[in-house]
Amino acid sequence: MEYFLQQLINGLTLGSIYGLIAIGYTMVYGIIGMINFAHGDVFMIGAFIALAMFLILTTVLGFTFLPVVLLIVLIVSMLFTSAWGWTVERLAYRPLRGSFRLAPLITAIGMSIVLQNFVQITQGARVKPLPPQIRGGVTLMQGSTENGTILVQLSYMQMIIIFTTIVLMAGFTLLISRTPLGRAQRACEQDRKMASLLGINVDRTISLTFVMGAALAAVAGLMFVLLYGVIDFYIGFLAGVKAFTAAVLGGIGSLPGAMLGGLLIGLIEVFWSGYFSVEYKDVAAFSILAIVLIFLPSGLLGQPEVEKV
Amino acid sequence: MAASDTNKPVVAQRGDPNSMYESVKDAAMAALLAGVLGFFFIGIRTDIAPGGLDLKMRWGAWIVAILVVFAGRLLLNLFVYKTRTPVTRSLSSGLPGSENTLAQVGKWLKWGLLAFAVVLPFFFTIFFPSRDRQFIDLAILIMTYIMLGWGLNIVVGLAGLLDLGYVAFYAVGAYSFALMAQYFDFGFWLALPLAGLLAACWGLILGFPVLRLRGDYLAIVTLAFGEIIRVVLLNWYEFTNGPDGISGIPKPTFFGLELKRGEGGFADFFGIAYDPIQRFIFLYYIIFILALITNFVTMRLRRLPIGRAWEALREDEIACRSLGINTRNTKLTAFAIGAMFGGFAGSFFATRQGFISPESFTFLESAIILAIVVLGGLGSQIGVVIAAVVMIGGIEMLRNLGFLQQVFGSGFDPAQYRMLIFGLAMVLIMVWKPRGLISTREPSAVLKERKRIGADMVAQGEGH
Repeated sequence: MEYFLQQLINGLTLGSIYGLIAIGYTMVYGIIGMINFAHGDVFMIGAFIALAMFLILTTVLGFTFLPVVLLIVLIVSMLFTSAWGWTVERLAYRPLRGSFRLAPLITAIGMSIVLQNFVQITQGARVKPLPPQIRGGVTLMQGSTENGTILVQLSYMQMIIIFTTIVLMAGFTLLISRTPLGRAQRACEQDRKMASLLGINVDRTISLTFVMGAALAAVAGLMFVLLYGVIDFYIGFLAGVKAFTAAVLGGIGSLPGAMLGGLLIGLIEVFWSGYFSVEYKDVAAFSILAIVLIFLPSGLLGQPEVEKV
Repeated sequence: MAASDTNKPVVAQRGDPNSMYESVKDAAMAALLAGVLGFFFIGIRTDIAPGGLDLKMRWGAWIVAILVVFAGRLLLNLFVYKTRTPVTRSLSSGLPGSENTLAQVGKWLKWGLLAFAVVLPFFFTIFFPSRDRQFIDLAILIMTYIMLGWGLNIVVGLAGLLDLGYVAFYAVGAYSFALMAQYFDFGFWLALPLAGLLAACWGLILGFPVLRLRGDYLAIVTLAFGEIIRVVLLNWYEFTNGPDGISGIPKPTFFGLELKRGEGGFADFFGIAYDPIQRFIFLYYIIFILALITNFVTMRLRRLPIGRAWEALREDEIACRSLGINTRNTKLTAFAIGAMFGGFAGSFFATRQGFISPESFTFLESAIILAIVVLGGLGSQIGVVIAAVVMIGGIEMLRNLGFLQQVFGSGFDPAQYRMLIFGLAMVLIMVWKPRGLISTREPSAVLKERKRIGADMVAQGEGH
């Protein structure tokens, strides 16, 4: 039981990170109907910016008060990563607006290769370790088994991740449902041509969608750095594929779906590694995806596609 | 594109968009953006140092990068974007630019390329005797990708099913042959059809449950399947030898004759002098013939009812269903046949390398094959050839950029930039020609007159 609870906490933490990345996929898919393959690499860019900014603040400028440092790192990495997200959209996707479906997919894959190799060249291929910054936590439960005592711990780091994710999710739901920008986004999602006839700047709305997705990916990147303490130029691929899987599992185009899918993928991965084998955790996540899609072809919370003839 | 056209009159009221001032302003914006983007990557470098990470500032490189972007954008603005007489216009009018003439060129280009491919090994051995081995090896590699491209073209180009995990079938083919050779001592020619069949079976197994899915849902499941295969190959240590791979895969024989030195070899039997190049030429012809078979089968299938059904499915699935076409079986055959050719190519890959490991079957391979198909122009056979030559030949050519080292100093390693340039080329070609290099797609079945317009073009607002 204690073991189960501990795995549950770990799974929710990992799932929060996946969920934050998955929102970027699902928003972009919702609005222009393309898989933004470079989004995982935007997450990686965010992680690198967060790491560099953290080092600048702590080693060069000599800040020591951790909450302020983390807040500044968060804001800076969100801003800079957003610039990356905007640029990727401007260079690789906007010229192909209105082209056939596979063209932006190919440029997205191309962009993903470009970003990975750009970071590899400029920052080197070796992993970058960062010692854990936030230590300690609360012990929730204590149980004993034949092997000794098991503690159920919720570390401060995990608390921060889950709390930030909840805040961001709430903020985003409000943004989408209450603000003019969110309304414009939903309008573009339903019918881009009609939206532009009604005076919505479609290009700007799409750009802002990419910016928002990239900002969330930057948050996920910062959390990844703090939680795992090791990044390299290749983390974007696997995280991206998992997050996209999460978005599809939850029903692509749906915000709560992306979060739910992210949590599920995180839980499946952690439980599978905890109870069966670490090597096959990816297989488990992908198999669950395939099984869910067989029975619910548009994901858990997705709207079934209405075919217009 | 449409948006930029509508913006033009508005900008014109504010001032001449083609003025020098506008160009410089735009270039300055681009440089500012480059500065922001590059700051954390070019301006700063983190390195592992004793006691944590070390931060190194590289102001010089950062400023150079900003200046390069400024100059590049300014030149582009002055000569292409913000001028009434773009240099590209005179360039494109000089070339046979229109799609129709390109298609005409494509017709005889096809036979020209075929003739060249037939004599290719001898061309290189005669004209480049010192580097023939390298060139023929490159030709084998390109031919493998052409075959893979043609195989995937059946799935993506003809049947319109987006498959992001094609490399899985390539891996199945390669591992089937390697394992059959290891456990049952099978030779290449015996294993080849079996590997193809096994890959086709995997195509069916994967295809059966997922073909209800549409479009991008299918894409992610195929991607997931590709990863599953790779992870299993990586972790099933007892059977596949895991990350260490399988080595000592037998070479193909020429009707029982091994291509080796000395008694009983190919050269000995025919009474000619042994030369290691013979094995490369032999391998080249094997993959060449396999690729030709792929092409031939595809071309013939397009004329069969099943091929027609594929193309109909690509254009409109609902119409297909209402006309009584069994869409499930149609999709499954496309999947299985595409997978089969992937399997053939896989076993050829295994015998050529003599060693395989899961490393060779990453998502990047799938992406490259898909890029070849889409860049070539979906459904176009000759387009795949051109795209494969450009992309694969291009990457390999980048290996030989040693002279750049003299320009930029010895710390500069051009091989590092290979994949970066590859990715950029993918983006640029796609933006330049969104419908692929050979973009005319003639339907195989036509009623009375040939029309150039496909359903997808109508959807883009053309052809009404």
